[in-house]
Amino acid sequence: MNIEFIIDGKLIRAHKGQSILKAALLNGIDIPHLCYHEKLSATGACRLCIVKVNGMYKASCTEPVAEGIDVVTYDEELSMMRKELLEMLLAEGDHNCLYCHSNGNCELQNYCYQYNVEPPAKDLPKNIREVDLTSSQGIKRDENKCILCGRCVKACAEIQVNFVWDFAGRGSHAHLTSDMYEKIGDSSCIQCGTCVQLCPTGALSFQTVLGRGMNWELKKESSICIYCGVGCKIDFYTNKEGKLVKAMGNDEGPNKGHLCVKGRFGFDFVQSNKRLTTPLIKKNGKFEKATWDEALDLVASKFGEIKEKSSPDALMAFASAKCTNEENYLMQKFMRSVIGTNNIDHCARL
Amino acid sequence: MTNSIREIPLSESFLIIGSNTTENHPVIGSMIKNEVINKGKKLVVVDPRKIELARYADIFLQIKAGTNIAILNGFAHVLIKEDLYDKEFVQNRCEGFEEMAKALEKYTPEFVANICGIDDPFKIVEAARLFAASKPMALYYCMGITQFKSGTNGVKSCANLQMLLGNIGILGGGVNPLRGQNNVQGACDMGALPNVYTGYQSVSIDDNREKFIKMWGSEFELSKNPGLTVVESLNGVLTGDVKAIYIMGENPVISDPDQSHVIEALKQLDFLVVQDIVMTETAALADVVLPACAFLEKEGTVTNTERRVQLMKKIVTPPGEVKEDWRIIMEIANIMGANWDYKSAEDIFEEIRQLTPSYGGITYKRLEKELIQWPCPRENHPGTQILHKDRFSRGLGLFSVVEFTPPAEDIDPQYPMVLTTGRILQHFHTGTMTRNSKILDEICHEAFIEIHPNDASNYNISNGEEISISTRRGSVRVKAKITDRVKPGIIFMPFHFAEAAANKLTHDAMDPYCSIPELKICACKIEKVNAIGGLSE
Ligand code: SF4
Ligand code: SF4
Ligand code: SF4
Ligand code: FES
Repeated sequence: MNIEFIIDGKLIRAHKGQSILKAALLNGIDIPHLCYHEKLSATGACRLCIVKVNGMYKASCTEPVAEGIDVVTYDEELSMMRKELLEMLLAEGDHNCLYCHSNGNCELQNYCYQYNVEPPAKDLPKNIREVDLTSSQGIKRDENKCILCGRCVKACAEIQVNFVWDFAGRGSHAHLTSDMYEKIGDSSCIQCGTCVQLCPTGALSFQTVLGRGMNWELKKESSICIYCGVGCKIDFYTNKEGKLVKAMGNDEGPNKGHLCVKGRFGFDFVQSNKRLTTPLIKKNGKFEKATWDEALDLVASKFGEIKEKSSPDALMAFASAKCTNEENYLMQKFMRSVIGTNNIDHCARL
Repeated sequence: MTNSIREIPLSESFLIIGSNTTENHPVIGSMIKNEVINKGKKLVVVDPRKIELARYADIFLQIKAGTNIAILNGFAHVLIKEDLYDKEFVQNRCEGFEEMAKALEKYTPEFVANICGIDDPFKIVEAARLFAASKPMALYYCMGITQFKSGTNGVKSCANLQMLLGNIGILGGGVNPLRGQNNVQGACDMGALPNVYTGYQSVSIDDNREKFIKMWGSEFELSKNPGLTVVESLNGVLTGDVKAIYIMGENPVISDPDQSHVIEALKQLDFLVVQDIVMTETAALADVVLPACAFLEKEGTVTNTERRVQLMKKIVTPPGEVKEDWRIIMEIANIMGANWDYKSAEDIFEEIRQLTPSYGGITYKRLEKELIQWPCPRENHPGTQILHKDRFSRGLGLFSVVEFTPPAEDIDPQYPMVLTTGRILQHFHTGTMTRNSKILDEICHEAFIEIHPNDASNYNISNGEEISISTRRGSVRVKAKITDRVKPGIIFMPFHFAEAAANKLTHDAMDPYCSIPELKICACKIEKVNAIGGLSE
């Protein structure tokens, strides 16, 4: 903390090389920003983070802090400029929040609301861009909601490190491409969903999310991915009916917000109709539904019988690398202290 | 892992051996890619297949499957010969150097290149020099090291290399096994193993037994004889020694080697209980099937590959009459006369803590807000980011003499190709979960094998053609994907697909020390389906 300077009349300390925006955010001062994201390197594309530094206009996400500078983040002029920028962003695209999965969870929508931006005039010429809702199993793209902030480009390059997205064209023809102009489903995208998670608008979205529940009705709780040993922490969203809607990487886990395609999309099985719902007992080669009492009594008496007639070592248990510590513990305790054998293993080796 | 995931940015170089990281541990794979591609860190990849990471490697050594030990010994040979090893570390922290150095003498680059099928022996020298010049180096490995008859020795040679380089106990170094399933680490820590209680406390030591008898209030002496492993128990069924098996959340019919042998064993049991979330191929053989909660329907802890203990939360309500696995076990135990009264997973965890020194200081409350890696013996202990920091658990680090031994089953004229198995990005283990998840199933819907273009043209196979692949144990039909990711002479097959189960083909030769079956390699032959009268006319 070797640099001191002023933001909106308040003395702030920051590290050399930090951007003004970062220093401000760390000190609880919010400067509007769209292309900047704390997990990505700064782009300086949207200009929404504009501030006055000693009276001069600067993009605060790329401008480094300096000793003694005087920063103003909000005044009449800055507010007007931001409003105009937002009007342009809205007018360039085709934003119908009613039909957008990001409704209620969109950074652009938030700022437009905050800055009182009117809907754009209807007769403005529109630049119709790529709408690709089907080529990829996991990811949808409606570029008419894209504000060309470049977060997706950086998310793929810096977090997933697959370099799928890039910009092509100039000026009003600028647009995104996935690899060489291919549809996203034909590109080298491996559907980790990181670009979608960091997109500030509804331009990128997941298949199977739209229609599952309004953003403001969703409940969020975090747990750990069931698949590999990285142990990614995931925020799971459920709707009013208790159905799973989507999975987002949690920043506090070992994954720091990132997920792979399994963690992102591999949760449907939990609520699939293939789930077993009652105990089953096989009679004459066929499974029949049973009550818990029937099933557990049968298991306990059979185990007891074999233990008595043969020996405890005639019983074996396979625990599971997909169950919790508590469950594995209890299974070995059961075999060792109730059955009386050390015949317990799991498929760590497989 | 001896070290932690968050140290990846601190490594100067990486050795990835026997791990297809970007498909099997994708998030770690991306972190490593970020260091190598975006930050210019060094990367050496050793694998029989041209995996994705091989593309970004400074040095890629495409070895014959099953020759890891030879190449690791080769690196160590060069480090000693060229005097590039960390003498201070070896002198102060290790023992057994002389014997190992002697045994390594014959592992010259030429000797090793010959065993491993590498054209240019000098690449081995270059890799060793790179490790010495770019420290700390972090070594990552996975099933490509352990799923061999010689698996334990493979792990020892990894440790030898990192001790020679002084890459143990420091930030950004380490010997880092990547665990294949979300709680393999925890299942081992919890004593779901035939020879140890929780925290690897041996069942054969009297004091340990005393401690557990006291805590558990067990009516009888606990057994001091180590129990059976999964594969041993299935053999035990066939000899009549094992009569009942209780399976929780596993699907050995698909995941275990030599499928017909597994099915035969399970069918011969007097009594089979399977507790799972869906009707699996294994559950279909059971006498009683008990419906269990899926991961999002219960609370509990899991331990990841870096020994970090994390809380799982209940997100959704379970369907029907489904119960938590722990509750089912408790109810069976109580009918059989136990008197357990756990109200929650946390109650069980409190008992675990008392019996397990390495988990002693971990509580649910701390886990809500802290990052804790075991060992964490006391509540005011921060947990352990790096193992073996100032000393090894046994005091000095022991260099082991490890000789290369060829895999159990060699190719012959009848079975002229090598089959190796593994996982792919979109699916997991036996597919019980991923193949019931819509998007994952859509992305990758069916089984395939990878075959080199040369072999494909020798057998006159075209891309996407269904072919037959057989070993001494069985045969399956599957589509061929022609790619130079595999070497000529090798076929790769994922094991997630029940309808073309790779483990119909694999065999259960085992590592003599820890009974890991040799899933990674066996001899096979391929045939066109119409040539064996399958599809033609
Ligand atoms: S798709 Fe989203 S993240 Fe990418 S440039 Fe457009 S608005 Fe930004
Ligand atoms: S989903 Fe992942 S791989 Fe695909 S473009 Fe987005 S960040 Fe890149
Ligand atoms: S999201 Fe992917 S990388 Fe993370 S734990 Fe799950 S399977 Fe592993
Ligand atoms: S946030 Fe600074 S220019 Fe976009």
